[in-house]
Amino acid sequence: MIPFVPLDYETLRLIWWLLLGVLLIGFAIMDGFDLGVGALLPFVARNDDERRIVINSIGPVWEGNQVWLILGGGAIFAAWPMLYAVSFSGFYLAMMVILIAIILRPVGFKYRSKIADPRWRETWDWALFVGGFIPALIFGVAVGNVLRGVPFRFDDSLRPFYEGGFFGLLMPFALLAGLVSLSMLVAHGASMLMLKTSGAISERARIYGSYAALATIVLFALGGIWVALGFDGYVVTSVQDVAGPSNPLAKTAVRQSGAWIANYGAHPWMMVAPLLGFLGSAIALFAYARRLAGLAFIGSATAIVGVISTAGLSLFPFLLPSSLDPNASLTVWDASSSHLTLWIMLLATLVFLPIVLVYTAFVYRVMRGKVTTEGLGRNPNAY
Amino acid sequence: MFDIDVVTLSRLQFAATAMYHFLFVPLTLGLSFLIAIMESVYVMTGRDIWRRMTLFWGTLFGINFAMGVATGVVMEFQFGMNWSYYSHYVGDIFGAPLAIEGLMAFFLEATFIGMFFFGWDRLPKVGHLAVTWLVAFGANFSALWILIANGWMQNPVGGVFNPDTMRMEISDFMAVIFNPVAQAKFVHTVSAGYVAGSVFVIAVSAWFLLRGRHIELAKRSMAVAASFGLAASLSVVVLGDESGYLATENQKMKVAAMEAMWHTEPAPAAINVIAFPNMAKQDNSFSISIPYLLGIIGTRSLSQELPGIVNLVDNAKVKIRNGITAYTALQKIRADKNDAAARATFSETWKDLGYGLLLKLHRPDIENATEADITAAANETIPDVPVLFWAFRIMVGLGFYLIGFFIVAFWTASRHRLGDKRWMLWVALLSLPLPWVAIEVGWIVAEFGRQPWIIEGVLPTFYAASGLTLVDLSISLAIFLVLYTSLAIVEVYLMVHAIKKGPTAAEPMEPQGGTILPGAAFARPQQH
Repeated sequence: MIPFVPLDYETLRLIWWLLLGVLLIGFAIMDGFDLGVGALLPFVARNDDERRIVINSIGPVWEGNQVWLILGGGAIFAAWPMLYAVSFSGFYLAMMVILIAIILRPVGFKYRSKIADPRWRETWDWALFVGGFIPALIFGVAVGNVLRGVPFRFDDSLRPFYEGGFFGLLMPFALLAGLVSLSMLVAHGASMLMLKTSGAISERARIYGSYAALATIVLFALGGIWVALGFDGYVVTSVQDVAGPSNPLAKTAVRQSGAWIANYGAHPWMMVAPLLGFLGSAIALFAYARRLAGLAFIGSATAIVGVISTAGLSLFPFLLPSSLDPNASLTVWDASSSHLTLWIMLLATLVFLPIVLVYTAFVYRVMRGKVTTEGLGRNPNAY
Repeated sequence: MFDIDVVTLSRLQFAATAMYHFLFVPLTLGLSFLIAIMESVYVMTGRDIWRRMTLFWGTLFGINFAMGVATGVVMEFQFGMNWSYYSHYVGDIFGAPLAIEGLMAFFLEATFIGMFFFGWDRLPKVGHLAVTWLVAFGANFSALWILIANGWMQNPVGGVFNPDTMRMEISDFMAVIFNPVAQAKFVHTVSAGYVAGSVFVIAVSAWFLLRGRHIELAKRSMAVAASFGLAASLSVVVLGDESGYLATENQKMKVAAMEAMWHTEPAPAAINVIAFPNMAKQDNSFSISIPYLLGIIGTRSLSQELPGIVNLVDNAKVKIRNGITAYTALQKIRADKNDAAARATFSETWKDLGYGLLLKLHRPDIENATEADITAAANETIPDVPVLFWAFRIMVGLGFYLIGFFIVAFWTASRHRLGDKRWMLWVALLSLPLPWVAIEVGWIVAEFGRQPWIIEGVLPTFYAASGLTLVDLSISLAIFLVLYTSLAIVEVYLMVHAIKKGPTAAEPMEPQGGTILPGAAFARPQQH
């Protein structure tokens, strides 16, 4: 017997679509500055002392931040199992590249400063750079591929088949999306470095941050034009039962020109999302110029919210369109978990996520203040 | 129809990455509590030696933890990457504990681990102690949810197959959480982790004593680890999960295979101490057995029968026939959603659908399976008996050895004789790898013994893999092996480096006297 669930299936699916966005944005804001700092490491720090300051600016918090990625993976598995199954197996080698980067990160942080030998440290610095740069780029490439449609289909037992290779993922539009994500996270990392460091490092971060924020504006605009004019989106052509069983093959869908911008015409309030993407980057630019670290962080975080929301709203109700068989595309209404699982997972999220946010805030409060060489000298555990 | 090489490589990769991951997890589980105990003593007594112990073992904990994190992320992503049909088929149930693990446990552990290392001079003593305990609890909660997920693979309760979505869906989440197999596995696995942590502390301390270095630190560490380890080693064996195995049919098969018991015997069954199982003959070429013992251990009774392998294969044949009926009904439902007769048949037989799917290895149209197909599929429900038999014996043998190890260690520590006999120190040092060997072979028993199922009775392993190419898999497997092995070597090197450097390097982080938050409960004057 299925227990009583107070929210209907349609509402829960919509909530979980929103929570998917919250988790991705949470990941991009919290772990995003770690990735950005990693990507900036060779450029903002010129010697070992400076590198240690940069690494330790995120040292105490990066592990907690990375859990947003792990939680994101787990939540997609639990709430959108088909999305998890199709995308993770389809993007197999791209996932491997991300995994290599993510495997190198924890050991890079922990092992780097255990031994003073310069070659040892340079090797791990390189690992930390790769560990920041690669995921920041590839996550965007993945979103670019989702917007273009991904070549997968199902057989009649809903077994997914992916019919594309690794290099097919590196199409021009996807690379552009990758650069948007990279520049947005690099700007965010620069904001964090301005908050946590002083002197030359902070100054260099400010300059790189300005370039990155500017690049975000230009590339995001370019991406928008490309999405509007350059290729087709997808639309559902049959009536979808928004509370029906999760079976993607129960609907029909086709490719259609301008489909990815149709939502903005139908619901003009959605324009807030792209506007936030531009506005956030502009605020960050202004704050870099005025050396306002806190405002820069708010700006780069706002840009992240705007850019990710834009992608999500453009796709809605699609989660993962199929270029091979548009009918097989995954949408919010046919790729979710069961009604009961969505409800249980919502309860778990409502209980635990606020607790997580409280203790995360506590940790940031305890660890507040700038990182200095003197401070590092006092702590044998510093990276 | 199924590329068995793809399945085999996918299994190899999962086994390799899981076994690597579990080189690091046990130490995290065990050492986190040991460190929390040491720091508690420091906070209660204010004696500096306990602070230095906390810092020293904390450094080693950190080196190990990094590898645990690095290898752990892969585990979560691999279900989707390599086992996409599995992810679709059971994600509705299996995904939830994984997501809750992140929310409830890993967030806690990972957020506070930074504070553990960076918070010494920013937190009051009691505040830092609280952080250390939170890390330990986070690690153990994490194990709880992962083993709830894993326990469900062994004993899939609380779910029902939905023909409209072609997957298992949750019907009773409480049954998933309070799954007896999961609970038994949790206690067994974390206890094994505590044993590994304790042996690690004792072995490293023994090395210090052999070298005549850091005597005070080594003796105290040993004493803590001896008591903790004694309790844990008893818990591993006494609360070990053999009794939990008996919940389901495949678990019965696993027990029968572990014991190389081919035929049902009158209760209570004898135990084979040594046997050379022969898969082809379905019998043992040679065996030495002790009467009654297995029945008593396995069923905790004198009257309950333990089924033999051959008898379980006969049961499987019945289930396979039932599974064909379920599969045929499912095909009808797929052709016509409103076929009420087919739905009625399906709802009576769906529990054996997985047994029907075993036939897919032999033919795509399983509704036309021959008697020979059914016999072949039923025989394939037997896991690799010789491997299980011997792996289980290695695990149990090491388990009993470690109980003896901790009894001696505890006895010696309570008589203040630690370090008196050098040969004992050598034994302690050389015992270092043993818990890891026991843990890894334990996982082989648990997961290799689950074959041919990925979800016992529900989904055959070969049916669950992603449709990847051999090239994809060869690349990824090679990357994992090279990367993990290199990093494991670096990890051991750094461990040895940190141990040689010893606790004196971990100077002088004094907890601060004041308070961070106004009105915080732990704001108390500190004494150093």
